[in-house]
Amino acid sequence: MAIAIVILILVVLTVVFHFVSPWWFTPIASNWTFIDTTIDITFWVTGIVFILVNVFLAYCVYRYRYKKSQQAAYEPENRKLEIWLSVITTIGVIAMLAPGLWVWSEFINPPEDAHEVEVIGQQWSWTYRFPGEDGILGKADSQLINVDNPFGISADDPNGYDDILINSNELHLPVNKPVKLLQRSKDVLHNFSIPQFRVKMDLVPGLTSYFWFTPTKAGTYEIFCQELCGVAHYLMRGSIVVEEQADFEQWLQQQPTFLASRQHQQADLVAGKAQYQMCTSCHGSEGQGVESLNGPAISHLAPWYIKRQLVYFKHKIRGDQSSDPIGAPMAAIAQTLVDEQQIKNLIAYIEQLPKPNKVSIAQGNIEKGKSLYKNCGLCHGSDGQGNYALNAPRLAGQHDWYLKRQLQNFSERVRGAHPQDMFGNQMLLMVKSLKNEQDLNNIVAYIGSLPFSGSSQVQNSQPLPEPELTARNEEVE
Amino acid sequence: MSHVAIADQVDNSHHPKSFITKYIWSQDHKVIAIQYGITAIFVGLVALVLSGLMRLQLGFPDTFSFIDPASYLQFVTMHGMIMVIYLLTALLLGGFGNYLIPLMIGARDMVFPYLNMLSYWTYLLSVIILLASFFVTGGASGAGWTLYPPQAILSGTPGGDAGIILMLISLAVFIIAFTMGGLNYVTTILQARTKGMTLMRMPLSIWGIFVATILGLLAFPALLVSAIMMLLDKTLATSFFMPAVVSLGENLSYGGGSPILFQHLFWFFGHPEVYIVALPAFGMVSDVIATHARKNIFGYRMMVWAIVAIGGLSFVVWAHHMYVSGMNPYFGFFFATTTLIIAVPTALKVYNWVLTLWQGNIRLTVPMLFAIGFIFTFTHGGLTGLFLGNVVVDLPLSDTYFVVGHFHMVMGVSPVMVLYAAIYHWFPKITGRYLNNRLGKWHFWLTFLGTYAIYLPMHYLGFLGVPRRYFAMGDSALMSESAASLNASITVSAIIVGVVQLVFIFNLIWSLKHGKKAPANPWGGTTLEWQTPQTPPQHGNWGPNLPVVYRWAYDFSVPGHTRDFIPQNEPKSTGDENSYEPDLQEREK
Repeated sequence: MAIAIVILILVVLTVVFHFVSPWWFTPIASNWTFIDTTIDITFWVTGIVFILVNVFLAYCVYRYRYKKSQQAAYEPENRKLEIWLSVITTIGVIAMLAPGLWVWSEFINPPEDAHEVEVIGQQWSWTYRFPGEDGILGKADSQLINVDNPFGISADDPNGYDDILINSNELHLPVNKPVKLLQRSKDVLHNFSIPQFRVKMDLVPGLTSYFWFTPTKAGTYEIFCQELCGVAHYLMRGSIVVEEQADFEQWLQQQPTFLASRQHQQADLVAGKAQYQMCTSCHGSEGQGVESLNGPAISHLAPWYIKRQLVYFKHKIRGDQSSDPIGAPMAAIAQTLVDEQQIKNLIAYIEQLPKPNKVSIAQGNIEKGKSLYKNCGLCHGSDGQGNYALNAPRLAGQHDWYLKRQLQNFSERVRGAHPQDMFGNQMLLMVKSLKNEQDLNNIVAYIGSLPFSGSSQVQNSQPLPEPELTARNEEVE
Repeated sequence: MSHVAIADQVDNSHHPKSFITKYIWSQDHKVIAIQYGITAIFVGLVALVLSGLMRLQLGFPDTFSFIDPASYLQFVTMHGMIMVIYLLTALLLGGFGNYLIPLMIGARDMVFPYLNMLSYWTYLLSVIILLASFFVTGGASGAGWTLYPPQAILSGTPGGDAGIILMLISLAVFIIAFTMGGLNYVTTILQARTKGMTLMRMPLSIWGIFVATILGLLAFPALLVSAIMMLLDKTLATSFFMPAVVSLGENLSYGGGSPILFQHLFWFFGHPEVYIVALPAFGMVSDVIATHARKNIFGYRMMVWAIVAIGGLSFVVWAHHMYVSGMNPYFGFFFATTTLIIAVPTALKVYNWVLTLWQGNIRLTVPMLFAIGFIFTFTHGGLTGLFLGNVVVDLPLSDTYFVVGHFHMVMGVSPVMVLYAAIYHWFPKITGRYLNNRLGKWHFWLTFLGTYAIYLPMHYLGFLGVPRRYFAMGDSALMSESAASLNASITVSAIIVGVVQLVFIFNLIWSLKHGKKAPANPWGGTTLEWQTPQTPPQHGNWGPNLPVVYRWAYDFSVPGHTRDFIPQNEPKSTGDENSYEPDLQEREK
C-alpha cells in the first residue's frame, strides 16, 4: 500500500525535480544544437515510458494488494499484447536512434573549410599547435620530445618550421569558424572536453584522434580532462577564449613559431654579470638568497623556471602591489629587463654561479612531511629536483622560509590565482592538502632534508644540431 | 532425457562427518554457497566503506586531511572493482548460483563437487591478494576500475607498481575460480536436471544463472588475457598496450602497442559482465515477484527468450563504452544500433514483471518490497542507458556524473535490490528462520529512498558537465554553490544508506538464532527448493528419492484449485488440465 503511494510520489517528484532543477546544461556555445535536440527527443520518449510504467506499477500494487477473498488471474501469456508492446517499444527506439545516427554522421565528417589546430595532452596540462602560414602541421613524434623540443616536432619536416606553438593551457579560437581539433597525447589517455560545446574526445598516445565544432559565442570556456590520467587528473584544466577574428590573429602573432623557439642567441656572460648587480642586494652575490630582504636562493633553479618567473614578474602576473607586497619589489625590478637578450644574459650568468651548499632548514616532523610530500613528488620529483616536462620547479636547495611563504601564498591565492599563471594555478588546489601551519612546517622540513645534488634537468636534454635546421629552412625558401 | 542416473544414487558413506569436512573443506553446494556469500558480503562492506570515504571528500572537500588525491583514486578503483567482480559476480553466481541450481533443478549436488570447493578457495585467495594490495608500497591501484593503460602501470598513477600487479594477479586468480565454478554450473544445469525438469520448465532464476554463466565463460577470458598482457607490459616491458610515451619527462622504452586494444578487450568482457550480474538478478526477481504476487509469471516463454537474446546481444555492444575513446568513429553507427536494439527485450522484461503484478494477489512482504523497488530503479537505470547508448547523446554525457548515476542505478542499486529480495526470500530455506520483518522494512525503505536521493541528483550534475573521478572541482564555474550543496546532500544520503546496511548485517546475524521459525515452504512456493524433505536441506538434498517434475514453475492460483499454488513435483490431476505448459514437446505428449 505505502509502496504504491511512494512510487507515485517518486514519479511526481522526479518530474518536478527535472523541471525546477537549476542544474542543467550550460548554455550552448557551439554549432551542436542538434545534439541538444536529440537529447530532448530522448527525454520525451524515456520520460513517457518512465511515467507510464511506474504509474501502472503503482496502480497494480494498489489495486491488487493482498485480500483473502481475492484470487489472482491465471494468464500465462497474451500473444497479442506481447506483440503490441514489442512493436511500440521498437518504434520508440527508432525515434531516438534515427536522429542520433544522423547527427553522429555530421559529427564525424568535418566540413572542408574547418581550420586545423592540434591539441597535445600530457600529465597534467594542455598545449596547442597551429599549422602556421603553410596551413600544414609538421610531423611530430613523441620520441623526439626533449627539453628543447617539448612538442616533439621533427626537424626533418620543413612543414613544421612555421608551426605556431602555444606552450600554455589557454587556447584562442576565432568565433564562427569551424575548427577541427587533431589530438595527440605524450603519455596516457586524456579527454578534451568543453561542456558548453557539448563535444569531447579522448587523446590517445600513439595515434591522432579528432573532432570538430564551430564556436558560436565569444567568451572564455573551461576545458576539463575527462579521462582519468593519474593523480592530478582533476587539475588538468585549461581554457578556450573564443574571440573575433582580428583579436585572434593578434594573439596568434605573439606566439613563437617552432623555428623561433629553436634559435638560441648566444648569451653574453659579461653583460649578464653587469645585469646581475641589481640582484645582489636581495639574492646575494652568489644567488644564495638573503632572508632579511626576502630574497630566495636562485642559483640552483633551472633556466626555464627563472625565465618564466621573470616574465611573470615583468607582466605583474606575480608581485601585484596590493596582494603581494613582498613580491612587488621584484616586479618593479623585472620591468628593467627590456628584451629577450637581457633575460638570456642574466640567466646564463646565474646558471654558472656556484650551487648553494647551505640553506636554512625548518624544524618539523620529517616523517610526517614525507607522507605529505607523496603527492608533490609526482611533479617536483621524489628528491625535489624539479621536472621541466611537468613545469615543476626544483624545490631542494631552497630556503625553508621562502618555501613556506610560497605555500602560504598559494593557499591564500596571492600566487597562482592570476588567470595568466597557467602553471601556478595547479598549486591552488594541490596546496589544499596542507591543512594547517604544522603541515606546512613538516613538509618544508622534509624538503630541507632532501639531498640537493641531483640535476635540475630531466633526461634527454641534448638539443638537436641547430645549424642544420636553419639551413634546411633556407632551402625551403 | 537429461536425467542422470549417477545423481540419483544415495551413498551415505559420502556424508561428511567432521566439522572440518562439513563446514570448511566442504563439497556441499549449500555450504560453499554460504562461504561465497559471507566472503562476498564482507568484501562488499569494505567497498561500501570506501564509497563513504569518497563521498566525504566529494561532499565536503578540504575537510578531511586523510583523503588526498592519491588515496581518493585508490578508493574509487577498489570500490568499483570489488563491487562489480568480488561482490556482485561472486554473490550472484558463486552464492545464489551454487545454492539454487541443484535445489531448483532437483539434483543432489553440483556434478563436480570437488571442483566446486576449489572454486571457493581460489576465490578467497583472489580476495586476499586484492585486499593485500592496500598494504604494499605505494598502496592499491588508483587507475579506476577500468584499469586503462598506459596510466594504470605508470608512476603518475597511485599504486602504479605493486598495487596494479597485485590487482591483475587477483583478477587472474578470480577468473580461474569463476571458470571452475562456471563450468560446474553449466554442466549441472545441462546434465543433472531431475526427471521432468525440461529446459522450458526451469524456473527463471535458473535460466538467468545459466545464461549469465555462459556469458561469463565466454567473456572472462578476454579479461584474463588483457590482465596477463598488462602484467607483461608492467613486469617484462613488453608493449601490448604501450605506445612510445614520455612519462613525467622521461622517454620510456615502450613502443608500438595500442591502448585502445586494451579497451576493446576490457569491454568485450566488461559489457557482458553487466549482464552476468543482471541476468541472474532478472531471473531471481521474476521468481520472487511471481511467488509473492501469487500469480504466474507473465509471458514465461518470452522471458526465457529475452534472457537468451540479451545474452547474445551483450557480446556485440561492447564499444558503446568507447564512443569517445578515439577509436574509428564509424564504429559508432554499429554499436549505437545494437545497443538500442538490446533495449527491446529488456523493456519487454520490465513490462512482463509489471503485467505479472496486474490481476495478482500481491503480498507486500519484505522480499516483494525489494522486488517492486527493483522494478522502479531498473526502469530508471535502463532508460538513462538509452541516453548513453545513443552515440551522439553520449558525447556531452560521457565521463560525467550522468554515467556514474546511470550505472549505479542499473547495475549497482538494481541488482542489490534483487540480492536483498533474494536473501529475505530464501533465508527461511537456508536457515529455517525468517529474517526480522520490522528491521527488514526499515532496511528496505531507507535503502530504496536513500539510493534514489543519491543517484537521481547525480544525473543532473552530469547534465551540468561535472566530470567523474575528480578529487575536487576547485573553483570551477561548473561547481556553483548550489551544485556544491547538492553534492553535500548526496554525501549525507550515502552515509545514511551505508549505515542502514549495518542494520541488515545485524538482522542476518540476529535472526540466525532469534528469528521466527519458518516452515518448509513459508511463501507457498512452487519450485523444487521449497519441497525438500528437510529445512534447511540436508546433504544430498532429497532423501532417498529425487523429486519428479510434472509441470512448469509458476502454477499459482490455478482456477479450480483450493490452494493458490501447485508445486512442480505434484502430478497433474483432473482439475488442472488447463494448466499452462510452456514446453512445446511436453504439450504434444
